[in-house]
Parts: sequence; C-alpha cells; structure tokens
Amino acid sequence: MNGFSFRRFLAMLGKETTQLRRDRGTVALTLVLPMIQLFLFGYAINTNPRHLPTALVSASHSRYERDIVTALENTKYFAIHVYPTEKAAEEALRRWDVMFIIDIPPHFQRDVLHGDSPSILVDADGSDPTAIGNATAAVNALGANVLGRDLPPDPRFRPALVPYQTILHARYNPEQITALNIVPALIAVVLTFSTLVSTAMAITREREMGTMENLLVLPIQPAEVLLGKILPYVGLGYLQISLVLAIAVAVFGVPVAGSLPLLLGAIGLFIACNLALGFVISSVARTQRQAMQMAQFVFLPSMLLSGFLFPFRGMPVWAQVIGNVLPITHALRIARGVLLKGNGWPEIAPDVWPMAGFALAIGVVAVLTYRRTLD
Amino acid sequence: MSAYAIDVEGLSKRFGSRQVISNLSLRVGEGEVCGFLGGNGSGKTTTMRLLCGLLVPDTGHGTCLGIDILTGADEIRRQVGYMTQRFSLYGDLTVGENLEFVARLHGVADRKQAVHAAVERAGLGGYWSQLADQLSGGWKQRLALAAAVLHRPRLLLLDEPTAGVDAKARREFWDLIHEFAGEGMTVLVSTHYMDEAERCARVIYLANGHLVVQGTAEEVVAEAHIVVIEAVGSAVEVAAPKLRRQPGVETATVFGRALRVTGTDAAALQGAIAAARLEGFEWREVPPRLDDVFIHMLNNPPEGMSYGERA
Repeated sequence: MNGFSFRRFLAMLGKETTQLRRDRGTVALTLVLPMIQLFLFGYAINTNPRHLPTALVSASHSRYERDIVTALENTKYFAIHVYPTEKAAEEALRRWDVMFIIDIPPHFQRDVLHGDSPSILVDADGSDPTAIGNATAAVNALGANVLGRDLPPDPRFRPALVPYQTILHARYNPEQITALNIVPALIAVVLTFSTLVSTAMAITREREMGTMENLLVLPIQPAEVLLGKILPYVGLGYLQISLVLAIAVAVFGVPVAGSLPLLLGAIGLFIACNLALGFVISSVARTQRQAMQMAQFVFLPSMLLSGFLFPFRGMPVWAQVIGNVLPITHALRIARGVLLKGNGWPEIAPDVWPMAGFALAIGVVAVLTYRRTLD
Repeated sequence: MSAYAIDVEGLSKRFGSRQVISNLSLRVGEGEVCGFLGGNGSGKTTTMRLLCGLLVPDTGHGTCLGIDILTGADEIRRQVGYMTQRFSLYGDLTVGENLEFVARLHGVADRKQAVHAAVERAGLGGYWSQLADQLSGGWKQRLALAAAVLHRPRLLLLDEPTAGVDAKARREFWDLIHEFAGEGMTVLVSTHYMDEAERCARVIYLANGHLVVQGTAEEVVAEAHIVVIEAVGSAVEVAAPKLRRQPGVETATVFGRALRVTGTDAAALQGAIAAARLEGFEWREVPPRLDDVFIHMLNNPPEGMSYGERA
C-alpha cells in the first residue's frame, strides 16, 4: 500500500473518465459555455461604445453651432438628436433615452464673435462611467480649431484666445465613481443568483431526494406547490437586498435619490421573474446538478448582456435584443435610475412592463411544465 | 360500485423500449390484505404507481376504490395511502413536522389529535422531535406508514415496506398492517419475504410485467402441481449440481444440511434421484412452499406468455 502505485492510479483514472463520459451534461456544458463566452465577449461586449444618443438643445442654428455638431458627430461618439427644450432633454436623460445633453446657449455665435467665450454645457449620464468615458474625452479634445475655418480670417477680429468653453458635467455621479454604477446594479445581480438558484433547486431537490413521489401522491395542486415553495424565497430575497442596500448607502455612499418603496415594489416583480424561471428549470432538470448547469445559461447573459458590467449601448442590436428580454436588464436600470437619478414611476414604467410580461409568460410555462405524474 | 378495491384490466406501461407492464389484470377485494410478489424489476412498483395515478398507463382501464384510474387520479389520491419504496418524507423535518405537513395537505379533521394518535399507534412517541434522517431504517418505515394512513385511506399501497428491516420490527410492522385491515382498509403490500407472503389473505405474483398467479397461498400451491422431495445428508453441496443435471429435476437447492429437489412428476423425480446415485440420503416427499411454486412459475411460463429473460 505504500508509495505511488501506477496500477491504482490508472484504476482511479479509468473510473473517473468513465463517470465523466456518462455525465453528458457536464461535458456539454464545459464545451458549450466557453463558446458562448467567446462569442459574447468577442462580439457583444464593447467598452468603447460609439454613436451614443445625445440631445442637442440649441436656440439658434448658427454656423458655429453647426460646426460644433458636425465635429461632435465626426468623433463617431455621438448620435445627435435635437430636443426643443432643456426640460425635454432632461427627461430623456433620466429615461436612458439619451446619454448626453449638449446645451448651446442662445446667441452663441454672437458671443463668440464678441470675444465673450461662451460656454457649451455638456451633461453626461454619469451613472455609467464606462460608457461615457471615451466620449467625454472626445468632447474635451475638440478644442478651438473646430471653428477655425469659419472664424474671421483677420486675426485682429479673432474674438478671444479661447473662442468658447466646454463645461462637462457627469450627472448623478459627478466624480464618476464606478461603485455608484456597480453597487445599485448588484441588487439585481445578487437576487438573480439567490432566487433563481434556490427555486431551480426546489423541485429538483424533491425529485432527487425521492420526496417528490410522496408529494405527487398527496392531494396538492401545482399552483399551491409553486406559490408555497416560492414565497419563503421572496422573503429571503427582500432580506438580502435590504442588507445590500444598507451597506450600499452606509459604506459606498450610494444615494437614494428616488422612492425606496417604488424600488422595492419593482424589485418584487423582478424576484417573481427569477422565481418563475427557476421553477421552470426545476421542472425540466432531473437532478440538482442539471439545474445548476441550466442556471449557468441564464447567469452568463445576465452578467454580460444586461449592462451590469459593460455598457448596454455598446452592444450590437442582437445582443441588445437578448438583453432586453432578460429581466435583470430592466431591474438594474430601475435600481440605478431610482437610486441615482431619482426616477419615479413614469421613468421606470418602460422597464416594468417587459418584466411583467416575462413573469407572466414564464409563470404560465412553469405551471404547464410541472408534471403531476412521474412519467 | 364494484366490490373490489382494485379492479383493473389490460394495463400496459412502457418506458422507452422496455415493456414494464404487459396486459395486467388485477382484482383485489375490499378489506383484503393482498401480498404483491415478484422479482426485482417485475413491475410491482410501476403497478402501484399506475394504481394511484402517479403514472398513466399506455393501455388498459379500471377502477381503484370504484374511481376510474384514468380520470379520477385526484380523487384516488385523497382515498389512497401510498408508502413509497424509498423513504420519501423530509429528512430535515422532525417526525412531528412531517406528519403535520401530510395531515394539513390532506385536510385531516382534528389534526393535532389525529397526528398524535398516529404517532402513538406507530410507537413513535419517543421520537416526536427527532429529525427523520436520524431515525433507523425500521423507525423510518413506521413513520412512513403513519404518514400513509393519517387520512384514514380506504386503500393502502405499501411498496416493500419492510425491506432491510430486522425480523422483530418486520413482525411488528405486519401486526400494524393487520390492525389497519381489521378496521376495513384494503392493503396491497409488495414484499420479497415468503413469511410475509404467508401472512397475506391472497397473493399475486408478477414476473416481467405479467401476472403469473393469484389466489390464497394454499390455492397457489395446489394449482402449481409440483412435487418436492427433501433429504438430509452430508456433502449436499456436491450432490446438488449432480441432481440438477438429471432430467425431471427442476431445481435442487441446499438449505443448510438439507437438499430440496423439485419437479412436476413424482416418479420422474424419484428416478432422477436414483440415477444420480447419491449415498447416505434418506428422501421423503414434503409439501411445496410458496417460494418453490414461484420459482417453478418463473421457469415454466404459461402457454403464449414469455417473460423475456429467465429468472
């Protein structure tokens, strides 16, 4: 028994290989997941998003203003949309419709020519520092030469050394702290992990432990099983986010700009989405291990395509479509919006409906896939 | 309403390419304790699951407690107590919590009292706060039985309730089964133990999904027409294989120092024993036992019925 025996080692190796070969799910997952990862990281993720929707608020349409707009568009970072009023642009920023507001003051051209060096106000959505990083750098790089060709040729008429100034504001997160972007979103991420996994395990565990056979023969309806199994985890989920929120505010200085009850209500819907999805997994998977593997297929896009780690705007259309189906995408928009931007119901509603639709659709699937027999 | 607690005809069930139950017809009278026998994989568990609506048969029809098994699964669930082969209560709940849960699902009237009565009856009194996982095999089975009868079912399906349980506990468990039967419950209980089969009013023998024989133990033995000759001697282990090679000998089995030989024809059997020329044995004919009969049944399938692989 002493020393390393090659024969015993080979026996162990053989046994393990046989078992692994029979565990098709694990093998498939180890092969498929990296491929999905490759494609997502390779094609979907882009930390340098371009063509960011930008609201232009401008009273007049002078040549200088056109110069500036053209220059901005030439950087490829901005897709300019004209907004009639500051208020409308402001609203669009809160709704995630635009990521920048460029406010050119009235009489811009006149002020330039008078040498008053007027200020262009650039408001950036600071709730996603990564997304706006390069774009803001591009604004700063524009400099004076933008107007160069159109400025009066005679240097004596040159209005000022600096014909105009750009004032950049990172809204909601003036110091562009990454934590302010990540921490609110963590509420959604943490909930995805905890509630999805616990429900995915719920039925599978009964099946694996053999208790499902007994449960099936007892007079209980699928909806009763579903609700009874899910509700304790809803409670646990709320406990969890209360803790996360408390730490987010106390330690990371995350503001609570909006209404907390509104956030908690919307999060309830998000929990329902996860639980319904978990329940479907749980009905389909035969073992807890399979359930975990299926959950992986939800986690991966949830992390990568939701806008949690990487800017949503940077992704190609197909990835945005997938992302928009995922409830986490909407949940973290709501969490960021309510906490950082002080969004209320009108602003979060566009993100509530997709989640409600998801919960309803998957809930129906959950009830349908719950098998009342052992067939 | 039929006088049968179980009355099904032509049940078949296939899992993938495996035919688990073939054209099975079964009748169990009200209030009977019926033993359900058959080798591993013979289809006993599947039959029980078909009876209580856990599985849907591919073909066949019938009633359980007068309720159609195809359409009345919900109603059957309310009136049947099913004890699964594998312990299927919650190991991380206590004895009391498990029973409370089952009682609440059934909507048992006067729950506290009913649960306590069940605990007392099963002799689980001292284990009330014990986690089910910490119970030994015999006690787990008692807990499962207590849970299966909490709602006073009219039919009790017990799937190998005494597998792996010691002799004393087995006997006590069967005393309980008879108590329930005495109160009017019909019991269908599967087992591999012949002594338990003999405690049943009737037995049903299943092999490879076919019903081979049913009746009282005496009827089953009488119908089989087999002859058993026994002798005590030395070197029985050497004698047994010699006898097995003789024509007319179906089985030759060693039981300690005794040798038990079976066949269908007494004269042929005697001839075979003589031909084997064994010395020092004194042969005498003995009454066949249930296990002799079942093995004979398996080796000689009735006309037109194949069991697939031989047992």
